[in-house]
Order: sequence, then structure tokens, then C-alpha cells
Amino acid sequence: MTDVPLLNVQDLSVAFTAEGATTRAVDGLSFTLGRERLGIVGESGSGKSTTGRAILGLVPRPGVVTARRLRFAGEDLLGLSRRQWTRYRGRRIAMITQDPKFSLNPVMSVEAQVTEAYRLHHGGGARAARRRALDMLDAVAIADPDKVARLYPHQLSGGMAQRVMIAAMLIAEPDLLIADEAVSALDVTVQNEVLGVLDRLVAERGMGLIFISHNLTAVASFCDRVLVMYGGRVMEDCDAGSLQAARHPYTRALLAAAPDLDHPRQTLSVVARDPAWLA
Amino acid sequence: MTATDELGGWVAEAAPTSPGQARLRRLAGGARHLGRSPLAVLGFAIVAALVLAALLAPLVAQGVSPLAQNLGARLEAPSAAHWFGTDELGRDIFVRTVYGARATLAIVALVGVIVVPIGLMVGTAAGYAGGLLDGVLMRLTDVFLAFPSLVLALAFAAALGPGIVNAVIAISLTAWPPYARLARAETASIARSDFIAAVVLQGASTPRILLRHIVPLCLSSVIIRLTLDMAGIILIAAGLGFLGLGAQPPTPEWGAMVAAGRSVVFDHWWVSTIPGLAIFSVSLAFNLVGDGLRDVFDPKDA
Repeated sequence: MTDVPLLNVQDLSVAFTAEGATTRAVDGLSFTLGRERLGIVGESGSGKSTTGRAILGLVPRPGVVTARRLRFAGEDLLGLSRRQWTRYRGRRIAMITQDPKFSLNPVMSVEAQVTEAYRLHHGGGARAARRRALDMLDAVAIADPDKVARLYPHQLSGGMAQRVMIAAMLIAEPDLLIADEAVSALDVTVQNEVLGVLDRLVAERGMGLIFISHNLTAVASFCDRVLVMYGGRVMEDCDAGSLQAARHPYTRALLAAAPDLDHPRQTLSVVARDPAWLA
Repeated sequence: MTATDELGGWVAEAAPTSPGQARLRRLAGGARHLGRSPLAVLGFAIVAALVLAALLAPLVAQGVSPLAQNLGARLEAPSAAHWFGTDELGRDIFVRTVYGARATLAIVALVGVIVVPIGLMVGTAAGYAGGLLDGVLMRLTDVFLAFPSLVLALAFAAALGPGIVNAVIAISLTAWPPYARLARAETASIARSDFIAAVVLQGASTPRILLRHIVPLCLSSVIIRLTLDMAGIILIAAGLGFLGLGAQPPTPEWGAMVAAGRSVVFDHWWVSTIPGLAIFSVSLAFNLVGDGLRDVFDPKDA
């Protein structure tokens, strides 16, 4: 068990070709992940989300995914057929997306949406699924699961909706959860609440977590390890605790650009990018 | 205060306390909205009368068979005994018109039941898959749309042979393309939404996504479109009957009845006019209902 990492990514590239020009959104990315919390940070367009989608086999056309190795719990993901992928998604690897308001079907009740993944992967009757769904809603700290299960998405607040989303994604008990900007659309107090729920569930279930965010401080405090990406490449791969001691100039610049309440500055520093990083 | 007053007050309460009450309130609001348009009410009344007449035809006809001939009383003018007169075989036209409602309703209902699933299937598949499949399916619907529907229905009915079932098939074959287009347009926008992406992430297969997540969202606009199309379906059905490609004699069917009275229209106007009026008022009624429903469900340009 300890020998096989949960996720082993070697030299992952995602290329988009349009009008003759090829853009590499992800360029030779390598990392391994155990049952830990890995944060991926980077600016817009650095390939964070594309990495997450590539792991789920959901890179939109005309994107092409190549890798020397893309293994999940020792199984090769590169050669999966469409049918095999649908058995993987949700069941083994799940993903939470940015905006819960749009990620829930407006005309289906919370219960129907939370039970969806469970019924897809575990089958079983409506009753068993309903019981599981109520347990799950309870687990994501929703006060009155019985009542909330009957509500529709427009009746939920943002934080509640995201917790429902988490419940829907974790009900099939995946081994790896990818949270793509999972709390960025929520306001700060709610963010902490949802992060707390996520943290507890991941710890309780011993899942792996990939936490994709542009919020360096949130990642540093929430994750075990941090991957800093720029231009589709890894700039820095270090323990979250030692992020402040990061050596790469890009990470240093990002840290320096963050505002600090205790030492307010008139102008924040601008990140100077060095083309040599991508050479 | 009576119980109904109390109930009315509870339904109209501004702050509903349960989802059920809110739903009722919305329904009541919709009904009131419909009620404000006298034309929609008229349409509903005619359609309701049609349905009742079809269901209770033997009762309404007071036991007189639509097939009972009385050659001694041929082509009699409307009177107390025969409200709408009699036709060339002495059959009571009122009774035949009432029974004709059955044929009309059956055709409309069957066409609806056949056309909606076909349209949804083709449309959602094309809209969701996109690319080559989309192109092929939509060009196919374009081919069907290129012909005037009555002409195409005539061709199919002629090829299949006369009869009500074949008329239904012929009309269905010509009526599905608009539904496919509608469903495709709706699907194309729904398919790109985040909640569909979320279901894909949960590992749902494509058929499941289409059936469980996309079709229910397309249904409302398709149903409104269907009520608006009912009038056209009735007209085509009557047209096929008139040309002898629909219901066969002696089955009472409005289009066939109009055709039967054609040769005597100048001396015995009621034989053709009465079923013609029935076709006219019912198709008008369905149009009014469709317009009214659209105003309630889709208040964008109200």
C-alpha cells in the first residue's frame, strides 16, 4: 500500500492546437501524491485546472493529453476507454468545481442530486441511497438534512450549496478529491466553514486531496504540500510549512505581492516574469 | 366565513409556509393570469367541451348511434329532432360530430405522444454530441422541414394507405422536425452549463445525462410548442380525412364528413358546414390555449 502512491504523474502535457499553433497548457508536469493534501497554486492560465481535468480525462477537444506515466493507485489511466472512465469518475476520483450555484441542476432537488453518484456507482434502492444522502448532508454540517434534502438549489445559500456539492461528490467514497477553486466563489467567512468541512472529511476518510487555488495563504495553511505552477510547469514543489522559505524567484515574487495587514504598503509589488523559467 | 374563503385566503397568502403552499399559490397565480385573458378562457372552455364530448359521446348523443342510417330521413334540415340535420344516409349530424371529436382527439394525442419523444431524442442527441452527429441529424431535419408539412403528410399517407393509424404515422413523420430543432437549441445551451459538467464528473454516462438531466429541462418549451401545434395537427388530420386518406367511412371523422357533404353543399349546406365549424372552432381553441399557456409559462414578452 505504501509502495504505490495514490497518484503518480510523470511528464504530463496537455496541448491545444488551433489554427496551426500549438499551446501547451500543461508542459511536462510531474508529481506524486499519497493520501495527503496537495495544493496547486498559480496565476490564471498557469494550467492548474487543466491538470485537474487531465487527471479526470475531461480535457475538452481539441486538447491532447500525453504523459510518460499517469497512474492512479497503480492503474494506468492513459489507456482507459470512455466506458471505463465513467466508472472511474465519481467513484475513484471526484472533483468539486468553483461555483456551486451553477454546478447544481436548478430543477432537481438536493436529494436527487446527492444520491445521483451513489446510485450510479453502488446501485441499490432509492431508500438506501436516501439514507446515505441524509448521512452525507449531516457529515457536511448541514443542520436539518431532512428539510434541506427536499430543497432546490435556488433555495440554498452559496455556502450550503457548496457543502451539498461536497456531499454529492463524496457520497460514492472516492479515493481522491480534486477541489478546483472550490471556495473561491464564497465569501471569506463561509470559505473557512467549507474548508473546515472539507478538511475533516478528507482526514476522516483518508482520501487524497488536490486543492487547486490562486490563494497562496489559504493553500499554505490548508495543505501538506504545495506545487507552484507557472506557464504549465512546476516552479516549486515544497512542504506547505516551508513555503515562506521558498527559493524559486517566482514563488518569492508571489509571496511578496501578497498584501499584509500589519505592514500596509501603498503599492504592491508586481511579479516580474523571467522567460528563462519556461526554457 | 366559508371553508372555500378560508382556503382561498390560505392559497393567496403572501408568505407561504410550505413548498406545497407556494406551489399552489403559483398555480393559482398562473390560473388567474390565464383568467385575465378572455380568449384563453374561451379556448380552454372549447377544449374542455371537446374532451367531455369525446369522453361522454354515447351520453351526449342520447344513445343514438353515429352509424344508424335512416334513408327515409335523408338530408333533413336542422330541427328539434336532428339539431344539426341529417346527412345523405339519414345519419344524425350532431351525433356524428360529437363522435368525430373522438377521432380528432385520438389523432392529436397519438401524434403528440409519438412526436415529442422522437423530437427530444434527435434534438438532445444532436445538441449534446455536436460535431458530425449534430450535422447529420440537423440536415436530416432540414430535409423534412423543406417540404410543406401537408404535402409531405399526403405523400406518406398515400404511400402507407388510408386509415387513422396511417394518418397518425404520416402526420408524426412530418411534425417531429421543429421539436428536434427546439430540443437541440435548448440542449446546446444546457450542455455547456456547469451542472452538466458536474454530473459528468460524478461519472454519469451520456444516455443517463440526456435522459435524467437534459430532457426534463427541454420538456416545458416542447410542451408549449405542442399545444401551439395542435391546431395544425387537427387541420392536417382533417385535410387527410377530406381527401379520403384518413379515417374511412363509416367512421365519423370531421374531414371525411365535410368531404361527404361537398356534392350537396348548395342545397343542403349543413352537411358540410357543421363539421367544418367543428374543425374551425377546435383548432382556434387550441391556438388560444397555446397562446395563453405561453404567456403564463414564458412571460418574457408579456
